Amino acid sequence: MNAPAPAPADLRIITSRFDVEDGHTLAGYEHTGGYAGLRRALEMAPADVHGEVRTASLLGRGGAGFPAGVKWGFCPPGVWPRYLVVNGDESEPGTYKDRLLMERDPHQLIEGCLIACYALGLSQCFLYVRGEMAHAQERLAAALNEAYEAGYVGRNVLGAEDFSVDITLHWGAGAYIVGEETALIESLEGNRGMPRLKPPYFPASIGLYGKPTIVNNVETLANLPWIISNGGEAFAAMGAESSTGTRVFAVSGHVATPGVFEVPFGTTTFRDIIFDPRYAGGMRLGRTLKTFIPGGASAPWFFEEHLDLPLEKTTVDQAGSMLGSGAIVVMDDTTDVVRACHNVVRFFARESCGKCTPCREGTSWLEKILSRILAGQGRSQDLDLLMDVCDNISPGINWPPRQTTICPLGPSAVSPIASALERFRGEFEAYLPEAEETAVAVTTSAGAMS
Amino acid sequence: MARLNAANLMVAQEIIARYPVPRSALIPLLHLAQEQDGYVTEDAMAHIAELVDVEPAEVMGTCSFYEMLKRAPVGDYMVNICNGISCHLLGSSDLIHHAEATLGVRPGGTTDDGKITLEAVECIAACTEAPCLQVNYRYRNRVTAEAFDELVAELRAGTAGVAAHGNLAKVRQHIGDDRRAGVSPPDGQGEPAWMARNPSDNGAGS
Repeated sequence: MNAPAPAPADLRIITSRFDVEDGHTLAGYEHTGGYAGLRRALEMAPADVHGEVRTASLLGRGGAGFPAGVKWGFCPPGVWPRYLVVNGDESEPGTYKDRLLMERDPHQLIEGCLIACYALGLSQCFLYVRGEMAHAQERLAAALNEAYEAGYVGRNVLGAEDFSVDITLHWGAGAYIVGEETALIESLEGNRGMPRLKPPYFPASIGLYGKPTIVNNVETLANLPWIISNGGEAFAAMGAESSTGTRVFAVSGHVATPGVFEVPFGTTTFRDIIFDPRYAGGMRLGRTLKTFIPGGASAPWFFEEHLDLPLEKTTVDQAGSMLGSGAIVVMDDTTDVVRACHNVVRFFARESCGKCTPCREGTSWLEKILSRILAGQGRSQDLDLLMDVCDNISPGINWPPRQTTICPLGPSAVSPIASALERFRGEFEAYLPEAEETAVAVTTSAGAMS
Repeated sequence: MARLNAANLMVAQEIIARYPVPRSALIPLLHLAQEQDGYVTEDAMAHIAELVDVEPAEVMGTCSFYEMLKRAPVGDYMVNICNGISCHLLGSSDLIHHAEATLGVRPGGTTDDGKITLEAVECIAACTEAPCLQVNYRYRNRVTAEAFDELVAELRAGTAGVAAHGNLAKVRQHIGDDRRAGVSPPDGQGEPAWMARNPSDNGAGS
């Protein structure tokens, strides 16, 4: 297992127990301050707990970056019961942090769930873990069993007569699309994991079993114990004004020391996290940077000129991409961008659920066109055709993308193509058969036919 | 063959009891069936349909959507080589070609001895450990061709320490009756009691 970066200790909020050997056990968690946030929360009025999260300006860590405290406020008043669904279906290519948070500090997540349930009156929690993550499932099962026995979860939490909540461990069976929150709810209801029609845009109004449901990412919830223990203001004081606290980024690809790093949100730059020896340590083997994906496979690619941008939501959005799920994938000058582009597009084609035509047909067309280009059988008009198909999936090919689909999966397949074709068109053209040869071939076959 | 056996039926009932709506237990129950038989049999799907009170076709509908659920026998070991972008950049294609040559099967195929099924899969969230793979959903990191061959030898010899296909977590959730809060059904229930709390009333402060 790779060790997380030796970031300054005072900046580690949610990965602080990653190097504590028994940090995943109840004993280890309690020894290191565990469940203090829950105890503190239970001394407060639920609305005040919600208030602290608003004050913290905690942005959702799943991909969209929506403020958690605001999302929490979308529950319609007077409609009960309300549910909590934890999105632990981490599957975005390049993303690798929720799994570690579940495996190495499961009690922190459980405590976060309890705090959210208390704050909003959520009467049952479902912890949806990706199916392929067997180790995370057993760490969470063991932690839940301990926490139930010790009185942290279940009937009368910490002896409170009026606060009881079950956390049900649930696990998926292999489908990227289930990370989309309405698809996650469909899957949790025992159905095929296809996104629901919008509106309603937020399951907070109509979610699991048609009831108000908060769907939060693992990392988002893992921040709650610290926020309640230390106060929303202390959290908001870290990082940048609009991107508070810390964030966990996985830096992978052609770097010297790939790893998972918790850094101040909004102030660290891409150059820091990719090149600083404390983090990814620069390009491997002294190569040079060609391009990098700043926020998971769905994100448009960035280049050398973006290195000094801070890891801050608004800045990155305005520069034409997103921080997404905290996945930075670095490619050096040896990279065949056509193959890399094909790899990402193939992912979306394979994972399209098939509900919306532009995505179901479009992503697989894109994959097929790229496959034939790679096979040396591309046609001279194929590069324009790629962009035309992209335009049908996401009209205008702008950022943020317009959608012709229920969810963003289809438009996500447009990102790598638009980025790579604009920047490296010559590399795509190099795969096309020589124009002259094509012309000769056409003449010959036409001659043969006549 | 293969409805859930008596022991698994008890496990199934405990799983179902954790959900306010039984149908929500479908995927965990399908995993349980796969754990019992190595894949999901039609009889198991029919049995699960009875348990959660839906039609067998609905169970099939859910089962067929998810990649991990196999409706035909596979090898004792699923060897899933990651072909996500991070692994791609660090040579997953070479590793997959090597695996094809070593095992004599293409992705999706099972070796003649029935031991190993090879798959090329999408990102499995070990991106800093590329190229990686999973054997029955247990990780092997930074896999070289030599390491792959050693793994195959261990799997064939039964010394790899990996449980047979279908087994996921080694620990199951268990909620003691005295600790259970109780499921929260979608109909019924007003505002939870604790929402009426106002600690300033009783001096606890905030």
